[in-house]
Amino acid sequence: MANAVSRNEGGDASAISVALLLLLTLLAGITMAANAVDARYAAHAWMFVLGAGAGLAGLLIWHSTADTRTSFDPTYYEEGVVKAGVIATMFWGVAGFLVGLVIALQLTWPNIFYFSDFGFTNFGRLRPLHTSAVIFAFGGNALIATSFYVVQRTCRTRLAGGMWPWFVFWGYQLFIVIAGLGYLFGVTQSKEYAEPEWYADLWLTIVWVAYLLVFLATIWKRKEPHIYVANWFYLAFIVTIAMLHIVNNLSIPANIFGSKSYSVFSGVQSALVQWWYGHNAVGFFLTAGFLGMMYYFIPKRVERPVWSYRLSIVHFWSLIFIYIWAGPHHLHYTALPQWAQTLGMTFSIMLWMPSWGGMINGLMTLSGAWDKLRTDPVVRMMVTAVAFYGMSTFEGPLMSVRTVNALSHYTDWGIGHVHSGALGWVGFISFGAMYCLTQWVWKREKIYSNALVEWHFWIASIGIVFYITSMWVSGIMEGLMWRAYNADFGFLEYSFVETVEAKHIAYIIRALGGLMFLSGALIMCYNLWRTARGDVPVEDRERDASPKLQPAE
Amino acid sequence: MSTARQNWLFKNHKLFEKHSLILLVGILIVVAIGGLVEIAPLFYVKSTIEKVQGMRPYTPLELAGQNIYVREGCYVCHSQMIRPLRDEVERYGHYSLAAESMYDHPFQWGSKRTGPDLARVGGKYSDEWHRAHLVDPRSLVPESIMPPYAFLEGRPLDAKLIAEDMRTLKGLGVPYTDEMIENAATDLAAQADPDSDFEEMQKAYNDVAGREGTVIVRDFDGTRGAPTEMDALIAYLQMLGTLVDFSTYEAGDLENRR
Repeated sequence: MANAVSRNEGGDASAISVALLLLLTLLAGITMAANAVDARYAAHAWMFVLGAGAGLAGLLIWHSTADTRTSFDPTYYEEGVVKAGVIATMFWGVAGFLVGLVIALQLTWPNIFYFSDFGFTNFGRLRPLHTSAVIFAFGGNALIATSFYVVQRTCRTRLAGGMWPWFVFWGYQLFIVIAGLGYLFGVTQSKEYAEPEWYADLWLTIVWVAYLLVFLATIWKRKEPHIYVANWFYLAFIVTIAMLHIVNNLSIPANIFGSKSYSVFSGVQSALVQWWYGHNAVGFFLTAGFLGMMYYFIPKRVERPVWSYRLSIVHFWSLIFIYIWAGPHHLHYTALPQWAQTLGMTFSIMLWMPSWGGMINGLMTLSGAWDKLRTDPVVRMMVTAVAFYGMSTFEGPLMSVRTVNALSHYTDWGIGHVHSGALGWVGFISFGAMYCLTQWVWKREKIYSNALVEWHFWIASIGIVFYITSMWVSGIMEGLMWRAYNADFGFLEYSFVETVEAKHIAYIIRALGGLMFLSGALIMCYNLWRTARGDVPVEDRERDASPKLQPAE
Repeated sequence: MSTARQNWLFKNHKLFEKHSLILLVGILIVVAIGGLVEIAPLFYVKSTIEKVQGMRPYTPLELAGQNIYVREGCYVCHSQMIRPLRDEVERYGHYSLAAESMYDHPFQWGSKRTGPDLARVGGKYSDEWHRAHLVDPRSLVPESIMPPYAFLEGRPLDAKLIAEDMRTLKGLGVPYTDEMIENAATDLAAQADPDSDFEEMQKAYNDVAGREGTVIVRDFDGTRGAPTEMDALIAYLQMLGTLVDFSTYEAGDLENRR
């Protein structure tokens, strides 16, 4: 009995506190549904009710079967939530890439891919669905899953909080569903990458604070004296995203029982607050968090220490200090005062150095293990990710220069730049981490098929190249066409729609690139599924099948 | 920096590595600075927003139209921010002023021109052009890649909350008067109905604007009857960029240089 209690240390209290929060959510959801003044709000309220209800039911089932297994045993790592995170990452990844492909096809063949009877499938509603699905659903789940794994291993202790990590996981999925379906309903604040309305933002705040506390509490009970470098990056990501999310989403609902709210900021101030947020969603969500991933999975996979401890200190502090200033480069030549634009540009150029500090530290970690690039396609994938990181963090400062930005802003060049970072860096480092995690948490000796990883790597890499080169061509072309003057008569050479027409071929190539990237992810899903199931790796099967020499008797 | 000093710094970094709360506070201070320095002055430096003639809050119908513009995600493909570059000013009109979006909560400047800028689209095309173009963009512009918005046509405008919308915006500093909020529903219907008594509504908004002729009253969707979503969206588009009186705006004035 005493043994059972110690194995359940703190577990029941955490389950009860989660149950109380879910109960409150359930009651709030019912109140919201009963008083809703618009149908979209009512639908969202019912999602809260269903989500919280399902959570409570899950807790009851868990409680009734608790004596048949050990829960929250402090001598074991919590790997269930990591497994769930791997599955969620791949699920949302495929969903997000698919929506991306659909909207790329809409811009290429509008007569085929728009349905006038289904307004909710128009580009304006699907585009936020795509961006949120890939950034927050795919990227966010990858970050939560890997951070939960990494913080346990590097602190040599079980994840803190008992049931709370599971609340973070499922609470985050509920946020994704509410946000995503909301875009289809037309519920949006019209702030890019921060579209969800006020109640979804409040829910995310609760989930995020729980995430921060689980992460911190795990660090507090660490058995290592030092906090490992990956955890500095994860911590900076969690804390800064909290700050950005709260400030950028400050708004007043027109009716507490309605979905529409108005931002407390207007005009030029709201523009800068939004791009302070927007650029640092890139800086802290898509960079600092994934650098945390890089700092664990690359050294671990190649079995070499991080190349330079000092470089990691210098580039960590300079990266997080400088990134925050870079937002105004999204507002060059706008009505934002020029002093702010100049500050934004200056810091964006300075940002090149700490970014490359991270790239160099990641790449050089392979010192003495460069042969793994040839033998382990997962390592090759992660190293390619770091190379793409280096490329897009060079391209970014270049585009932040006012005179370059005069050409590149508002064009497809920006879309291409984002995707070299998102597909190349964020996508590939996450894929690498998911291949590692699947093998490690399901306790498999190797990936089911290295050949399939090779196929994934090459199909996705060529897809990225198609994507970014086509967007360079179309972006620079349209930028030049917009400003082209007729040499003989001095009027603007092209009407706007001529520049749209000129991009058609580039859009076909872009859609093909997206299709290839999606195909690679589907191959990966199959490979991970076979790995998790524990099927005999293909390479072993082939070896076993080939005739063997009989030993001499 | 001397090597000894560097060594001292790196040695003492263990303070952060061994104390998670010091690390946490350190991160918070470092990431707070940039935003404070760049954003805070925009709220108190007077020259951030130009002094102009003609700006007024949106009429109820225009506000409902802007909310449809937001709902449909128009901002993901259309900017409302003309940059002071020769080709843009020639293509779209006078460059955008900060004052022109000061009542937008939040701003609708956009970040991408998959379609053209809309900051001054008001008055450039007829209502009938907008209606036909929104219903089927390729019927007027064969090369267009814009989605069709036929579903806006004939869909009754649900504006029962419009007074609450205006009251919320008033609380955030938009200069709506109590009468404007009180008359929101009738004003909304009046703007889309040329047979109504719309003069008082026009006067109320023109008074805030400080000049005549800022409120257009028309049957925007070309169909008699209660206002539709098409009415509201076209009313909003036809107003965009028309408010500021550029005959009294001195771009070169020291006050307006930023």
